[in-house]
Amino acid sequence: MDTMRDRFIATTSQLLGEEPRLAVVLADISADGFAPARRAHPDRVINVGIREQLLIGAGAGMALTGMRPIVHTFASFLVERPFEQVKLDFGHQGVGGILVSAGGSYDWPAGGFTHMAPGDVALLDTLDGWTVHVPGHPDEAEALLREAVDGDDRVYVRLSLQANREARPVGGGTGFSVVREGRGGSVVAVGPMLDNVLAATEGLDVSVLYATTVRPFDAAGLRRAVGAGPGADVVLVEPYLAGTSTARANEALVELPHRVLGLGVGRAELRRYGRMDEHLAAHGLDPQGLRERITGFLRA
Amino acid sequence: MTNTTAAPVRGLRHSPDFHDLGRLISLMTGAEKHAPAAHSTMDALWVLYDRVLRVTPATADDPGRDRFLLSKGHGPMAYYAVLAAHGFFGEDVLRGFGTYGSPLGHHPDRLLVPGAEIGSGSLGHGLPLAVGTVLGLRAQGLTDPRVWVLVGDAELDEGSNHEAIAHAGPAGLEQLHTLVIDNASATHGWPGGIASRFEAAGWSAVTVDGRDHEALHTAFTAPHPGRPRAVVARVEPKG
Repeated sequence: MDTMRDRFIATTSQLLGEEPRLAVVLADISADGFAPARRAHPDRVINVGIREQLLIGAGAGMALTGMRPIVHTFASFLVERPFEQVKLDFGHQGVGGILVSAGGSYDWPAGGFTHMAPGDVALLDTLDGWTVHVPGHPDEAEALLREAVDGDDRVYVRLSLQANREARPVGGGTGFSVVREGRGGSVVAVGPMLDNVLAATEGLDVSVLYATTVRPFDAAGLRRAVGAGPGADVVLVEPYLAGTSTARANEALVELPHRVLGLGVGRAELRRYGRMDEHLAAHGLDPQGLRERITGFLRA
Repeated sequence: MTNTTAAPVRGLRHSPDFHDLGRLISLMTGAEKHAPAAHSTMDALWVLYDRVLRVTPATADDPGRDRFLLSKGHGPMAYYAVLAAHGFFGEDVLRGFGTYGSPLGHHPDRLLVPGAEIGSGSLGHGLPLAVGTVLGLRAQGLTDPRVWVLVGDAELDEGSNHEAIAHAGPAGLEQLHTLVIDNASATHGWPGGIASRFEAAGWSAVTVDGRDHEALHTAFTAPHPGRPRAVVARVEPKG
């Protein structure tokens, strides 16, 4: 299977031939992958070098002229390092654009903490008007990217090497989808966490929802899911900082007595290298760790 | 420029006059007299809008217009006065400067100020946005419009400017023009001169007297084929 990043490069390279308003701005990351597209569209595939403040500013400047920019690098250098550029050059200037990140929370664990961005979605959550997509499969990444290219708004697409075995229908504003129905609580799996959540909840009487678009948060979908059962107990399983969407779930359920457990990547820096499965286990996001915490919380 | 709260003036009663700018600024400050020289950007802004930029209230949304990006958003009174003098909005708007209901803040907001291409205030954002604007125009085949961005010598302390300067030279962004208003306010100065920073990155650069309208005009309009252009306008050191 190709990676989400492979699919992003292939899809975008194709869309450049179909959408004259589309542009790609890079800061060396993925420049090799985009080299053929750059040869075909030298004025619309721009590599500014290792300059992430300029990366965001130049993308936003292109948007000021009516272009639809896709701006891409690793999540830590796309959202965290030039955060004020994201806030002002897109948000305050009132223009749209698509930020596509790679690397996720720990796609390259041996690279260490400098290349980990578990806080990217929480950071964007301080800003208004960003749609946040967290695909769980390359097919989903492609569908969500195509949808983003058709729009004019501000969109963040979080790509990761972590992926589910099978793709699901996503996008189109359909909200969270119901993967499994049960009565003992609801578990919301975000993007690449779905396979582990399904394994962790095997045989449990719980509902499992699947979310790839987390902003806007599908409050109505969550209310529908908890409304079907006797209690409003909700577990959120996110592939980035634990608790990132807890406040959104609380707002969605404000009219109901409810409990929310937010699972995800821990705040403490592990200072470990190794492999992704080791980091998933260390943060309790492997099937066994998830099952222990989900059953403990839901008493399922 | 959508969502504006101040409408352009239809037909100026008289042609814009540099000597009227002091009066327009007085409308914002409430002070009786205001010498244009009190504002570091005044003369360069005047020459740009009067004789260089191909943009009017009627063409403020035209894709082919020249663009002026005020990056140094601090102290925008001279900018507002020049825009009002050229009819981008009525001079009555100036009286509300900085008040809750006014479109004119102590830093400009492009969604509120007719004629403002960017909102600014946080230093170091305009030059990267100007680079992107040139790239966006070029990608649409619009190679005629020129893009100007005004920065201050102290604003150049921000590293984001140097990312933009270092990229724009080798990229050959001929449509890009940076006007540096140098009132010697950078804390550590620029040993070797500001223009040399641009020249080293492949720009065409010149340093002129920022109060001399003819010298400014000559510097603004000199050809610079294949290279971006920087004009360093020296004014009195900030007191």
